[in-house]
Amino acid sequence: MSARPGAVAHQFDDARQQREAAELGMWTFLLTELMLFGGFFVGYTAYRHAYPEAFIEGSSHLDVLMGGINTGVLIMSSLTMALAVREAQLGRRKGIIINLILTIVFGGVFLGIKAVEYSHKIHEHLVPGPNFVLDSPISNNVQLFFSFYFAMTGTHAFHMIIGIGLMIWLIFKARSGAFNGEYYAPVEMVGLYWHFVDIVWIFLYPLLYLLGRH
Amino acid sequence: MSALTGEDAPPQAPRQHYLNVTYGVRSWLLTLDHKRIGLLYLASITVFFLLGGMFAVMIRAELVTPAGDLLQAETYNKMFTMHGLVMVFFFLIPSIPAALGNFLIPLMIGARDLAFPRLNLLSWYVFIVGGLFTLFAVVQGGVDTGWTFYTPYSSTYSNSAVAATAVGVFITGFSSVLTGLNFIVTIHKMRAPGLTWFRLPLFVWAHYATSLIMVLGTPVLTAAVVLVALEHLLGIGIFDPKLGGDPVLFQHLFWFYSHPAVYIMILPSMGVVSEVISCFSRKRIFGYKVIAFSSLAIAVLGFLVWGHHMFVSGQSVYAGMIFSFLSFFVAIPSAIKVFNWTATLYKGSISYDTPMMYAMGFIGLFTIGGLTGLFLASLAVDVHVHDTYFVVAHFHYIMVGGALMGYMAAIHFWWPKISGRMYPEGWGRFSALVIFIGFNLTFFPQFILGYLGMPRRYHAYPDEFQVLNVMSTAGATILGVGYLIPLIYLIWSMRYGPRAGSNPWKAKGLEWETTSPPPTENFLTTPLVTEEAYAYAAPDVEEQEGARVG
Amino acid sequence: MWEFPLFPEQASTIAGGVDSLYLFLVGLTAFFSVLIFTVIFVFAIIYRRRSDDERPEAIEGSHALEIFWSVVPFVIVMVIFTWGASLYFRNARSPDDAMEVNVVGKQWMWKIQHPEGRREINELHVPIGRPVRLTMTSEDVIHSFYVPAFRIKMDVLPGRYTTAWFEATKAGEFHLFCAEYCGTEHSKMGGKVVVLDPPAYERWVGGEEQGESLADLGARRFIELRCENCHYPGAGERGPSLAGLFGRIVPLEGGGTVEADESYFRESVLNPRAKVVAGFQPVMPTFQGQISEEQLLELIAYVRSLKAPQGEGR
Repeated sequence: MSARPGAVAHQFDDARQQREAAELGMWTFLLTELMLFGGFFVGYTAYRHAYPEAFIEGSSHLDVLMGGINTGVLIMSSLTMALAVREAQLGRRKGIIINLILTIVFGGVFLGIKAVEYSHKIHEHLVPGPNFVLDSPISNNVQLFFSFYFAMTGTHAFHMIIGIGLMIWLIFKARSGAFNGEYYAPVEMVGLYWHFVDIVWIFLYPLLYLLGRH
Repeated sequence: MSALTGEDAPPQAPRQHYLNVTYGVRSWLLTLDHKRIGLLYLASITVFFLLGGMFAVMIRAELVTPAGDLLQAETYNKMFTMHGLVMVFFFLIPSIPAALGNFLIPLMIGARDLAFPRLNLLSWYVFIVGGLFTLFAVVQGGVDTGWTFYTPYSSTYSNSAVAATAVGVFITGFSSVLTGLNFIVTIHKMRAPGLTWFRLPLFVWAHYATSLIMVLGTPVLTAAVVLVALEHLLGIGIFDPKLGGDPVLFQHLFWFYSHPAVYIMILPSMGVVSEVISCFSRKRIFGYKVIAFSSLAIAVLGFLVWGHHMFVSGQSVYAGMIFSFLSFFVAIPSAIKVFNWTATLYKGSISYDTPMMYAMGFIGLFTIGGLTGLFLASLAVDVHVHDTYFVVAHFHYIMVGGALMGYMAAIHFWWPKISGRMYPEGWGRFSALVIFIGFNLTFFPQFILGYLGMPRRYHAYPDEFQVLNVMSTAGATILGVGYLIPLIYLIWSMRYGPRAGSNPWKAKGLEWETTSPPPTENFLTTPLVTEEAYAYAAPDVEEQEGARVG
Repeated sequence: MWEFPLFPEQASTIAGGVDSLYLFLVGLTAFFSVLIFTVIFVFAIIYRRRSDDERPEAIEGSHALEIFWSVVPFVIVMVIFTWGASLYFRNARSPDDAMEVNVVGKQWMWKIQHPEGRREINELHVPIGRPVRLTMTSEDVIHSFYVPAFRIKMDVLPGRYTTAWFEATKAGEFHLFCAEYCGTEHSKMGGKVVVLDPPAYERWVGGEEQGESLADLGARRFIELRCENCHYPGAGERGPSLAGLFGRIVPLEGGGTVEADESYFRESVLNPRAKVVAGFQPVMPTFQGQISEEQLLELIAYVRSLKAPQGEGR
């Protein structure tokens, strides 16, 4: 949020105030994200309660293995993200860049696997809407499950794409030497954001893939 | 203006201030100065207000006669939908916070700017893009779902531009979130030395509460309108009972945001009234802490009462009783505020300048609006008046009688600070009176209409409701004129009004200690705060008056 | 045309109660509004600014006053809550002997079925002095059944049943409105409730259009849809008998119970595997798309009419 790397923007008195403001801003933003996903979770819970069998049937159409791999991949990406922040604190330019690239790679793998899953669903006519076909007496309610599946994982994937965009921006900034031991707030903020997105998936995975499955 | 007379030399404008520091369209569209961004908002919401007002004119004109003869039913439905959408999302929600809050909060807390100036500019652009999407929906033929987007009508049955409008509301939501976030961080981290929480002006407290609602509520609305748009475009079934979806779930999500959104509209006005009442009675506000905390109480309670919009929606009797019970609690902090404002007048030194006229009008109309809310919170009566003109009258007393009166008070009160010039006081008082009369004539008959049973959103109605509807339309005409007068004289005063000086009202508060208009960086030296807000009785008023001339 | 009412007619048993609370609230609003307006006005005059140098004493506030004007509104709103909620609670449950009328809303008309089989559109004929229970559903969007003179309103939702009841006290014609915005001709979606003396009502019901009763229509539908192949007394494992089932509490497969009311029947026809009765297999096919809302209501009327066989409790 500052005009020049490492400098204190004119509206702040000192670097500390600037850092604290950025931190509070990020936490507040994450709060709004929490409310957004909260809305989806409430809807999901209400419908799961109304149609438990359909939701179990729906979740049995998901690929637990791919979801599981993705969970692992995301946890790895959180680790490398944390390392990137650590390197930033130590002011090590190369370390930041390597860890960010790793994080981007993990994120990319996640999105790739997600894309494969989506394409399977398209192939199996499990995308809600006029093309939805499922040979089941409760196909209508299973379709509801998939509406939530796509709405929630889609929103999540969209957040990841934004996160990757932010990391690419960070890499460029890091290359130009913008960060040092004193000033690394952007890396830290993007780190917070990325961890949040990971945590959302940690909730999504059991809720969509695992719960009640046989 | 009376405050200007005296032995002071005629006030001069500072040589350089935020308005003349740079010129040209670019310098405005790329500005990071919160004051200029505030003015960008001010201009945009004025345009939306006029637009929303035009829709209202069409509605009231149609309702002069019982038969639906002026507009076609479809057109009429689009008119009230657009009126609601534009007024709520593009005027009332951004009105005081985004325009005046933006301008004033840094000044009031002695900061050079908001914490995140770029985010602030971004939020204005987001707002404009959202607005353009909505206008695009109008050009596409309009939308006819009502501003509430109730499913499954909006998602499955309406053939109008639902998706474009939903996207517009969705985008605008981001603007609101960004503004709220910016305010929260700014109020937490950017206060001048010595400015503790309990020295903050109540305007700032009110905006803090408002920002909390913006940050916590808006995302849920976002989720809801995204689902409506998806359902409308793709038929994914979440709100479609044919696929097992529940249309009432939408109502829950929608009102979880939109009830607190009412407080987004009214809380900033309450903040304004606290400032104005105190200034024009020259008295410390009565019960400062109670007013401050009641703002927070309203914001928190506001999130617990959404179900009172759904007493007849088929929700369980017990849910209805719980929501009714909680709704009554909101009445208490609101009542406390009214009593404290009234008590502030006691033994004050009251002048009748335009802002004060509006503020007193606010207290009266808000009292009526709040008390009629009790009718709607009590279950048995709500069953009868729900979705009738009683509800329409009630929320216009809150949103127009309350929020808009507060907005008008604020515009007049801080106009000298914003523009550096005074508005014509006589015209100001006159138009305040016209608005007060016009408002009551418009909306009071609607309470009676509602209890008689006239449902809202009716294009045609039974004959026996005509007299009251004609009264309402007559009032609306007066009200419309009342709003045009300030628009004209305020624009006039930007060029021809007399110079205001830094503190024409002899008001307290940091924003009055800098020049009018303020310099880009607000204060030449960071102010040091040593006293509480509203220290009108303190002996140093005169000294400050002397100091600011130099 | 220039009649000018200020108060709606009272034509049901609950209207009086609602109006008393309303009038109390009007009184309360008037009292507090006048109080606040007067105090502001009086203060504004007494304490008007007499010279620009005036600097009144600061008054901090007063704990006693704050408590006073928090507690008083609290007590008042609790009184209102209790009053409003108890009225609502009493009005929520219909008397057991109420006459059953089915209402189906659709853009933009009300379709009404009387138990005797008489149908109406946008009109509802009812007798004075007899409770009427409305079972309502919608074919499309959300509507709301509103009769101001009775002080009743209930949303009419697609995909489920809502109920409302009233007992008319006055003969005459009263407005029937749709109160929930439902699309282009929302304001035309209404008509009238005609309240008749019991003899006049009997004449009306027995009038020229007399067809089969709802239960009879339902019985025919029951055979057409081949329901009777599985649902008959003594069908064993094929399907539960429906005789005497209505209104009973039924144990479910996998635990739990459900009241066999209109909503449960509806769900069982459209989504048979959602709640299977204990001891039966989920083998029933769905009838989604094969049966209209009105036909469903007829089926329910038929099931409701089936009495339990003598001496049997199943």
